[in-house]
Amino acid sequence: MIQIVVDALSLGGLYALTALGIGIVFSVMRLANFAHAELVTCAAYALFALSGHPAVMAIAASVFVAMVLAVLTERVAFRPLRRADPATMLIASFTVSMFIQKLLIFAVGSRVKTLDPLPVLSRPVWIAGAQVSLLKIVTIAICIILLAVLVLFLKRTSAGLQMRAAAEDFTMSQLVGVRANTVIVLAFVLSGVLAAIVALLFAAQTGFVQPRLGVPLVLTAFVAAVIGGLGSLPGAVVGGLAVGAGATLLQALLPADLRPFREAFLFVAVILVLLVKPNGLLPARGMKDRV
Amino acid sequence: MTMAMRDNTAPSPLREAIARAAPLAVLMTGLLALVLLAGMGDIVTQRRVILCLINVTVVVGLYIFMGNSGVLNFSAVGFMAVGAYAAALLTMPPMLKNTFLPDLPGWLAAAELPLVAGPFAGGLVAAVLALAVGGPIMRLSGIAAGIATFSLMFIIYIVLGNWNSVTGGQTSLMGLKGWVGLWPAGLFAIGAVALAWIYQETRWAIALRASREDQVAARASGIRVVRLRLGAFVLGAFTCGVGGGLYGHFQGTLRVENFYLDPTFLYVAMLVVGGTRSLTGAVIGTVTVAALSEALRQVESGLPLPGTGLTLTAPAGLGDVVLAGLMLVILIYRPQGITGGREITALFRRKT
Repeated sequence: MIQIVVDALSLGGLYALTALGIGIVFSVMRLANFAHAELVTCAAYALFALSGHPAVMAIAASVFVAMVLAVLTERVAFRPLRRADPATMLIASFTVSMFIQKLLIFAVGSRVKTLDPLPVLSRPVWIAGAQVSLLKIVTIAICIILLAVLVLFLKRTSAGLQMRAAAEDFTMSQLVGVRANTVIVLAFVLSGVLAAIVALLFAAQTGFVQPRLGVPLVLTAFVAAVIGGLGSLPGAVVGGLAVGAGATLLQALLPADLRPFREAFLFVAVILVLLVKPNGLLPARGMKDRV
Repeated sequence: MTMAMRDNTAPSPLREAIARAAPLAVLMTGLLALVLLAGMGDIVTQRRVILCLINVTVVVGLYIFMGNSGVLNFSAVGFMAVGAYAAALLTMPPMLKNTFLPDLPGWLAAAELPLVAGPFAGGLVAAVLALAVGGPIMRLSGIAAGIATFSLMFIIYIVLGNWNSVTGGQTSLMGLKGWVGLWPAGLFAIGAVALAWIYQETRWAIALRASREDQVAARASGIRVVRLRLGAFVLGAFTCGVGGGLYGHFQGTLRVENFYLDPTFLYVAMLVVGGTRSLTGAVIGTVTVAALSEALRQVESGLPLPGTGLTLTAPAGLGDVVLAGLMLVILIYRPQGITGGREITALFRRKT
């Protein structure tokens, strides 16, 4: 039982962090950035490249890589499209994602490489008589800490205030002196940091890295973000946790012959949620279509 | 809007009809020319062109819904997969089915349609499925519609990939007759273009395009948006299903992996690169992407530069990178696609 809860929370936490990374960018520029997957993948490759070195160095390098890549994609691909409609931007982000993916395959090959960025954590601990992996506990803890830091940043700093203003009404915030480019770059930097941390935790759990590492994770997080309400940060967290819990529960409770269809059930639930609440469970302000 | 204006000033109904059908004629002639040209090429080129023509069928199916309704749709590949499996299972000789899929339900194991009926049957099954599940999804717009149709594709993928008794699950389904050559693929592509054109000239499509421009105003004018969208969705699914049936009988084997993320993005990207809002865009986008990837493949395998004695060779895998990069460049410089949403005849008409 405790095992299921821990599984659900750690998986949900990963989805929530990824959904947050997507949500932050979406909230300020209405871009559903699918290339977030490649931020995760590239950060994981940075971890792999420095796997002989001290963990702190590898982590710092992966955060740096993800941040630079995030800002670079914004500058090269998304800035020229800022005035395009969301569908075109979504497709552009798919193309960016495909481009980086193919570049990775070209540069490092598509073979799976193993890594263990956090060997200290790969042992089980006992909680209330149940065996759970320390890594999952740490994952949950990191998610909580990150959320707290993010909330503090958004509520207590000037940059955070500007971001929230831009998320609520971008044009209006520009009129009162928020610099559009600064806020958007900041959002991409934050999403890069989140992606790097997700990469660390995810790679530590799976123990391997390959050019498509981030894709399934980001797909699910995408769904989580939409269920929660794209552009709403509490929504991203709620959606991430809900999807994580849903996936874990389905895995644990479905009869064995239906288990291969687990994800199908999950996506049916997604469609149902969207039908009832097209803007997500916790819709972002300023997202409603005005007439 | 321009349609209505032309209605008022047209000198005669006949000339009006000819003018409106001109883009269709140009597109059909273009595809026909492609088939004739490829017929003179070697077998490798022919296979590339056949695949491109099948892609035209699918992308046109995608256009029928996405172009006219303006709603994102990632489920086309799912309906393509349904069409492919339906066409394969309904036309395969019962003896073969006994070997590969011994657990098929009796009526399906006994069914054996003529091969040419396969794509139509596949399209029909896909259309019925679209009609069954599409209704509620048609109420969604924007990103929500994108995610819902994406979920739909995913569900189809999971079900086909695990429904072992009918599809063979993760193993490939082999032994399909590869009857789809240059001419069948070309004729079906031309048929798909004609179907899309006829549809977009109907009052339903015009009303649907009105809802694309302004949903609230369209609703206020008495347009039943959900119903019209569903119609386009079903017709689009039919076309994609036909494309799937062709695809299976071109490749000779079916794997669910062929109907997953990569083609999903690729087909939508083809349409967007060409221009979502016109049929010309669907055709030009597909042909452009196919031509680009073919050119890059040539370079990868070594392209002798005439006159210099040098051979231009790129390392394997670079072509994919360049293709993705080029599509991105097109999107950045032409967010509305190559055609900008205009039909082919309007592209050559001077702006006034």
